[in-house]
Amino acid sequence: MSTVFIALQANEDTRPIIDAIALDNPAAVINRQPAMVKIDAPDHLVIRRETIEEQVGRPYDLQELQINLITLSGNVDEDEDTLTLTWNS
Amino acid sequence: MDMKATKKKLGMKERYRALTRDLGWESSYQDKDAIFPYVNYEGIKVHDWDKWEDPFRLTMDAYWKYQAEKERKFYAIIDAHAQNNGHLNITDARYLSALKIFLQAISPGEYAAHKGFARAGREFPGVGTQVACQMQAIDELRHAQTQIHAMSNYNRYYDGFHAFADARDRIWYTSVARSFFDDAMSAGPFEFMIAIGFSFEYVLTNLLFVPFMSGAAYNGDMATVTFGFSAQSDEARHMTLGLECIKFMLEQDPDNLPIVQAWIDKWFWRGFRVLGLVSTMMDYMLPKRVMSWREAWEIYGVENGGALFKDLARYGIRPPKGWDDAEKAIDHMSHQFMLGLYQWSFGTSFHSWIPSDEDMDWLSAKYPDTFDKYYRPRWAHIKKLKAAGTPFKNYGLARLCQCCQLPSVFTEPDDPTLTCHRETVYKGEKYQFCSDGCKDIFDNEPEKYIQSWLPMPALFSELGGDVGAWMNWVSLRDGDDNGDYDGSTDQKHFNEWRGLATSNL
Repeated sequence: MSTVFIALQANEDTRPIIDAIALDNPAAVINRQPAMVKIDAPDHLVIRRETIEEQVGRPYDLQELQINLITLSGNVDEDEDTLTLTWNS
Repeated sequence: MDMKATKKKLGMKERYRALTRDLGWESSYQDKDAIFPYVNYEGIKVHDWDKWEDPFRLTMDAYWKYQAEKERKFYAIIDAHAQNNGHLNITDARYLSALKIFLQAISPGEYAAHKGFARAGREFPGVGTQVACQMQAIDELRHAQTQIHAMSNYNRYYDGFHAFADARDRIWYTSVARSFFDDAMSAGPFEFMIAIGFSFEYVLTNLLFVPFMSGAAYNGDMATVTFGFSAQSDEARHMTLGLECIKFMLEQDPDNLPIVQAWIDKWFWRGFRVLGLVSTMMDYMLPKRVMSWREAWEIYGVENGGALFKDLARYGIRPPKGWDDAEKAIDHMSHQFMLGLYQWSFGTSFHSWIPSDEDMDWLSAKYPDTFDKYYRPRWAHIKKLKAAGTPFKNYGLARLCQCCQLPSVFTEPDDPTLTCHRETVYKGEKYQFCSDGCKDIFDNEPEKYIQSWLPMPALFSELGGDVGAWMNWVSLRDGDDNGDYDGSTDQKHFNEWRGLATSNL
């Protein structure tokens, strides 16, 4: 098992996004650090546009994540509906 | 942010294809080898450039939109910082030493990376790669500019910020980062991608930026948090480019594996040495510390680097050669390097200091196996000398490593009481190294490293050994910019101004 992670700035934009990630990834651990939130998950993490839209209450473009992204780890794959991070371990 | 998401006419994958590959064409007036003259000599074999794809599938139109949003956020906060006495809200002015090192050594590295990616974008034939390199070149230029701009506000109040460009070119500790980037820029395009895109961005920048920005947040420095996060929002894309590029090379041809592995070995060690500066910042320079260098290494080195190399094992990649030596150095390097910075503080354009008893207790809790045994006694001795009015100053010049350009202050991997020293004789000339890792790099490319500009020999060859003339030449103002923090102008001003800010006297 390897840990994939994504870290986002801690702000009003990302609060519902972090909630959405927690909903879609029951195995994820949310670490709240000074000014940032780091989300760890075993081997795989998925971020879904639909879940974020339910949380923010408006249409959402997954590429908006770029604005508040701090760092990530794992092989990335992104299309309009999902962004996934994966380690092959 | 309230950005309107419009319904796309094309899906993300189609849009990416249309705005990258469809912009490329087959040349007919010129031979391909004449257009891309540097793409073959390193020995990397590529059969199909179209296999390279940016997994974020970012296109230029979306890029400009998001970068503009980042800039708006950045300048709103920088203005607020300057308008609200941001320079007085930091924990105390010791913190600024970390910023001064950043400005003198790292921000110019961003500019160097900009030049390097602009060049790589021109030298690679693949259109997807060209677009990604172009974006990164613009990002790196933005980082250099926003960092210099954010820190310029501190330059109005504190010493050591005024001549970062001279420091970058001439002072001794900045040549560590400078030689790293010069080494990368003077390599071929594929090696450059491993050096910056993979080794620096993917394996090491988490250790530089994430603790640095959290540290800035902890120490009340809103300006640095802001430029840090603004830059870091691009880094996730850079890291991904680095990882994709390495996978691309390994998937294109099995003959690429040994070449790529040798670059990983080299650039991991080069990057690890540059991070020596970061280790001192985390363990010593932040008045309020986020985590120790050791703890950061556990998360971003051991855990994350370990996951990465386990993933790449499917291509036959093994962890870098210096990995075990790095692990052995972790509990020692910040202490050894900070002792070096303190004893040569006459020649640094930032302040260093003797850690307080409370700081030393923190260090011994974080480094239970090494600090009390090897380093507390040395600080205690140095403290005694200072109290007796004979502070410990080393006016001798350090022996520099011909490869990483750090003074040889580090010890043998298996004996922390013995300074590590290696040498090689090449064409009748003797060259010195700080470690096996650096010696191996030299031995593999001696003709490159014998040309290195080294700051200590330059003091003699260019200035006849005159330290005062050297200070003028590097724009270091003796008595203001250098020396012990205790008794410095920065300390005096910070205490006075903070007092004025919180009273009506």
